[in-house]
Amino acid sequence: MFKNPALNLVLTRIVFGVVSLLAVSAIIFFTISLLPGDFASEVLGQSATPEVVESIRRQLGLNEPLLSRYIQWLLGFLSGDLGLSYASSDGQFITVSSVVGDRLGYSLLLAGITALIAVPVSVVLGIFCAVHRGKFIERVLNSSTLASISMPEFMVAYVLMFFLGVQLGWLPTLSKVDWQMPWTELVLRISLPVLTLTLTIMAHMLRMTRAAIIGVMSQPYIEMARCKGLSLGRIVFKHALPNAWAPIVNVIAFNLSYLIVGVVVIETVFNYPGIGQTMVDAVRARDVPVVQACALIFAATYIVFNTFADLTATLSNPRLLYPR
Amino acid sequence: MTEFDRLAGMVMRGAISRRDFLGRTAAISALSVLPAALIAPSVARAEPKRGGKIRFGMSDGSATDSLDPGLWPGSFAQCALGGAMCNNLTEILPDGSIVGDIAESFEAADNSSRWVFKIRSGVTFHNGKSLTTDDVIHSIQHHMGKDSKSAAKSLLEQIEEIKVDGPNSVQFKLKGPSPDFSYMMADYHLPILPSKLGGGIDISAPMGTGAFVMQGYSPGNSAKLSRNPNYHKENKPYLDEVEFIPILDVAARANALMTGEIDFMQDCDLKTLGLLKRRKEIKIQDIASTRHYTFDMNTQLEPFNNPDVREAIKYAFPRDEIIEKVFLGTARVGNDNNVASSMKFFAETPPQYAYDPAKAKELLKKAGLETVTVNLSVAEAGFPGATDAAVLFKARAEAAGVIVNIVREADDGYWSKIFLQKPFYAVEWYGRATVDWLYSTTMIDGAPWNTTKFNNPRFEELYKAARSEADDTKKAAMYAEMQQIVHDDGGMITVAFLSYLNAVSEKVRFGDVGGIFPGDNTRMAERWWVDEA
Repeated sequence: MFKNPALNLVLTRIVFGVVSLLAVSAIIFFTISLLPGDFASEVLGQSATPEVVESIRRQLGLNEPLLSRYIQWLLGFLSGDLGLSYASSDGQFITVSSVVGDRLGYSLLLAGITALIAVPVSVVLGIFCAVHRGKFIERVLNSSTLASISMPEFMVAYVLMFFLGVQLGWLPTLSKVDWQMPWTELVLRISLPVLTLTLTIMAHMLRMTRAAIIGVMSQPYIEMARCKGLSLGRIVFKHALPNAWAPIVNVIAFNLSYLIVGVVVIETVFNYPGIGQTMVDAVRARDVPVVQACALIFAATYIVFNTFADLTATLSNPRLLYPR
Repeated sequence: MTEFDRLAGMVMRGAISRRDFLGRTAAISALSVLPAALIAPSVARAEPKRGGKIRFGMSDGSATDSLDPGLWPGSFAQCALGGAMCNNLTEILPDGSIVGDIAESFEAADNSSRWVFKIRSGVTFHNGKSLTTDDVIHSIQHHMGKDSKSAAKSLLEQIEEIKVDGPNSVQFKLKGPSPDFSYMMADYHLPILPSKLGGGIDISAPMGTGAFVMQGYSPGNSAKLSRNPNYHKENKPYLDEVEFIPILDVAARANALMTGEIDFMQDCDLKTLGLLKRRKEIKIQDIASTRHYTFDMNTQLEPFNNPDVREAIKYAFPRDEIIEKVFLGTARVGNDNNVASSMKFFAETPPQYAYDPAKAKELLKKAGLETVTVNLSVAEAGFPGATDAAVLFKARAEAAGVIVNIVREADDGYWSKIFLQKPFYAVEWYGRATVDWLYSTTMIDGAPWNTTKFNNPRFEELYKAARSEADDTKKAAMYAEMQQIVHDDGGMITVAFLSYLNAVSEKVRFGDVGGIFPGDNTRMAERWWVDEA
């Protein structure tokens, strides 16, 4: 193994990550096969006749044993081929990467912009709350963010939509975006979902920041710093924050992965073409290759963000870098 | 629903004439002052105008929607890819009659077992290629054959041979008489698409002969189309541009309409319909359709194999209450005849079944039973409102000696595990354009969707006779008798006949609207126009 603990951590995480991805792909694959119906019966619905169902199954290879289908998919995946959506047909090939790729881009855009706003605001407000603990303004902030996280997110979405979209007409209620749009329109179109998501994830991060800082601030060495006569800013940013980063970054990482994998409700409410909706549609249609691709993206998101959080926690705390 | 709304609806359905409407509404107006804006546009008919754009908010559509017409899953594909971008051999007009589209004319021979379609000359695809008889043949053959994945496969099983017949005609030789074959060619699965070298159709790009040319298609997100200047129908289309946007969430769809993001909203939410009606910039479109919801009993299985038990269950069924409470008065009560009242050859089938526990008990006694216990499989996938309807049924039927056990099934896999499998279950039907087509798929012994396993000798006999009957009066008599048999003896409880309930913004104009397929028989893009004034 390597001397550098950070490098070591990254490498072990990559190995574990790959193993987890394989496990996730297998679990998803076999779980979907437990659901009633398959692509043939779901896409035809009421108009399914045994003959046509059989013909679709034959052409998609759905009659082959489960295990050999999984191995086939796995071999394709390992050679970098995500395969074709089951909805492809002779003359029109719908590649999974084209279906998922586009949607992933939109999801990343939404998550990215939300994170750019929500993370700094919550960390700053969290520190502010920690410093002004017990004051009126802290209570207002604390309880209002708690209220917004306690409401179901679709409720927050509809309330914002009703006031800002329908009543006042300031923001568009339909977040239908595409890359050809001028960026000003793009920003306008995604502002309502961004606002909703910001409100949904802020409380978690704000409260964790506040709690972590308060925890550190009660320790003797902070009192020492105070006694030395250091300024409050220096105490918080130089002495307290470095020791509080680990839990904060963990919560941030958790919320960022949520922004990519967990926002299907918001996507539906605002009609945003994100990847969550794609996965739900694909599960409903039993379009296994698309489901697999989405599941892997989701799993990879979690793994990457968690590794990042651990890495940041380790690097920010020299004690963790050199374990005894 | 107010009396005025009801009358306006009747005008739209063609149930009463415009003159009647004005006469009757004058009477209402004496009681209440009516704003002129309330009068439906089909009543105050105006000449269509050129120009403008309509954005259609559709209730389905997903990222993996296929361009293969055999797999077109819902109204988004049917209206955007089919109705706006393509043409079929024939077209069903709003009034339910059939006319040629790609076919200039068509005629049946040999007791309607041979059909010749004369192809219109000068029709071109959007890439400039002229349409030929080859394109027609390949477009239909695409759905046939052993390897076909098409939902229209069973529909086309009646075809024995398709061949070119003269320079501009295509001949279909059928296995038997099929009087409504021309209607079947208007099915949304059967658009005429360009053929490929070496056979088959070319669906590598979204392209057809239709009124609109695809400009940007992103499945599950949007389809933008612009006017086809070389369209073969005179003056049509009226609009310069159309856009179809799938918005699956009904609240999001309603909000989009209210904020002017879309101009048409498919499928309103019954629960908020009253609120939507209050907004004066929005008009509700209530189109009587062939769509219906049923509870189907397998007539071959105990206890449903006893006709008296079936009839008892029909009398134990609280139809009016279900219409009122589950569908909030927006649907019409059924009489256990799956032919919609808007269809040609619809016949009244007396008596009208209504909730009558005493009569149900009497019938049960006749069958030698005190009570009967049935298991009813329901899920919202069966039809929206199925569970609520079943709960009301259970509550009321008990007094009639019918014990209903509600079996709640999963939405997932409903059509493969419940539909056609369980003895008694909920079904949503889109209906068919003609009586023959409807019965040949749902009531004839061996029909692919004979959910009730109905097999009545007299019915089968009439079905065969009607198929080769040329005289409309005699045919009407036969169809009337068949409908009476289904009403008396069938195992299908028609819970409700539905309307296509859409909402449009003020500027959208349309004539009569068809209700056989969604979206004005899928052709709303070329039939509607806007009036910005």
